[in-house]
Amino acid sequence: MSAPQEEAPVRGMWRQGLEVFCENRLALVGVGLFVLLAAFSFLGPLFYQTDQVHTDLTKVYLAPGDGHPLGTDGVGYDQLGRMMLGGQTSIVVGLAAGLLATVVGTVWGAIAGFAGSWIDAIMMRVVDAMMSIPALFLFMLMASIVTPTVPMLIVIIGAFAWLGPARLVRGEALSLRTREYVMAMRGMGGTGGRAVRRHIIPNAIGTVIVNATFQVADAILYVAYLSFLGLGVPPPAANWGGMLSDGLSDTFSGHWWLLYPPGIAIILIVLAFNFIGDGLRDVFEVRLRRR
Amino acid sequence: MTRYLLTRLGQALVIVLLVTLITFVILHLLPGGAARAILGKEATLQQIAAFNHEMGYDRPLWEQYALYLRRLAGGDLGYSFQLNQSVSEAIWQRLPKTMLLSLGSTLLAVVVAVPLGVVQAVRRNRWPDYTINGLSLLAYATPIFFMGLMMIILFSQVWPVLPPEAPQGFTLAEVLADPAGLVLPTLTLSILTVAVYSRYVRSSMVDNLNENYVRTARSKGLSEGRVIVGHTLRNGLFPVITLLGMYLPALFSGALVVERLFNYPGMGLLFWQAALKRDYPILLGVTLLISVATVIGALVADVLYAAVDPRVRLKAGRS
Repeated sequence: MSAPQEEAPVRGMWRQGLEVFCENRLALVGVGLFVLLAAFSFLGPLFYQTDQVHTDLTKVYLAPGDGHPLGTDGVGYDQLGRMMLGGQTSIVVGLAAGLLATVVGTVWGAIAGFAGSWIDAIMMRVVDAMMSIPALFLFMLMASIVTPTVPMLIVIIGAFAWLGPARLVRGEALSLRTREYVMAMRGMGGTGGRAVRRHIIPNAIGTVIVNATFQVADAILYVAYLSFLGLGVPPPAANWGGMLSDGLSDTFSGHWWLLYPPGIAIILIVLAFNFIGDGLRDVFEVRLRRR
Repeated sequence: MTRYLLTRLGQALVIVLLVTLITFVILHLLPGGAARAILGKEATLQQIAAFNHEMGYDRPLWEQYALYLRRLAGGDLGYSFQLNQSVSEAIWQRLPKTMLLSLGSTLLAVVVAVPLGVVQAVRRNRWPDYTINGLSLLAYATPIFFMGLMMIILFSQVWPVLPPEAPQGFTLAEVLADPAGLVLPTLTLSILTVAVYSRYVRSSMVDNLNENYVRTARSKGLSEGRVIVGHTLRNGLFPVITLLGMYLPALFSGALVVERLFNYPGMGLLFWQAALKRDYPILLGVTLLISVATVIGALVADVLYAAVDPRVRLKAGRS
């Protein structure tokens, strides 16, 4: 806060943001966790190769030990290798659905907030209506109509999760559109589309990015819930949520290694994105304060 | 106040209409068309034609929607051929049980979350705040069914004091007759709610503690306890009323998962069984009803909020 005034402009915007981000230790832990889990899932299979396609009924429910550090599951898949495969799906679906939701929601909210009047009213009532359908019910309804595959899961989750960002950006747009610089641009003959593209979205971007990280975390949880409710991706594909819910029925037979690894992995990745989101929030808030 | 009420009521009505439009669209997106999805794969062409004619599915779309609305207004949510029961009857048998679970867990969550949030706000950025914050983040990151299973392992295996399954009674009275079985489902559902609410109470209290009226109260010599309980808490809790309404969709989603985990015979379990059997009349009926319940809940919360806080209704009335 007491940094010399003349020093501030020298440091770039990104550099300054990075410094604030690094001050939040939990945010760094979040980044570390994410990098670790992503490396485990995507680079792990290069070093630890397992057959995750063919079942092997001679190696069912082996306890952790030689050859299988985390044991095997009910159809003979190596659990450690399966964790890697499952992580890929969970991370990809989380990131893609979060991104999809953020993009759609941002555009929708920016248009509604900027257009105002009846267009805003209609667009926001649509958001209200979809929001009042509890997410899991809508997901299950959609998943019972289309067969859940990875791209389908992304679309289903993204098709619902954009509502949150839409509301958020609309609120930002409402306050931004009356700012002098936007009015000035409009006065010079700029179009509404230009105002949304050049002013509203770039100025709301901080809020949007922070929200996007939470969207990713939520999407990963939604995949887990859908799998638990029996509408996840069918095998041989895997995701942590599906593995966790399969593990539920195995706990009572004492196969703990099928339950805790995916459970802990989900908690860690969701925590990671929440920590990162909190850190990013600091970045955008503190920068405003230092200006 | 009247003006605010009317505006808000009008909005709620529009939202309900839009929800029916969404379910209507989904009805037409069903694989093989509405008739085949409802009657099943074995239905003959004649049966389908007869069904389409009876339900008016052979008429223009807008007319179909009008018919659909008229049936809904009369309380007719359709007929489940798989359960051999009307949808409204099937829902009606289970709705009270789901309400019991949802209301019970919300009540428990509020009772726990408010003191937690207040402690966090008063001791902010010190260890009680960090500890509670960490725990609620952990609760938020844990899938609710994993949490529920942990509870089952803890309280009915390691330390066997509670049954792992919900009461299996058919009526509300039968369920209530077995209170021990209600503990774990209610507790599981409330943990996530506590995490969300305590965060909210904390930030609302922090905002209020920085207000001028708190400084005035302190400077006229009130004890810290009276400042917090007598002055700040009341104002700090107002926004929580809105949260009660906003949180309903998440609460119902949570109830769906909890009912499935504990085999609790409520609407969520009905919905889940229907999803596995592709029983579309039930799926659409439950979705519609639960959405309408959400809209009504949010409406009641907003009206309550406006009733206690004049700033809300005045501001909304002007715009």
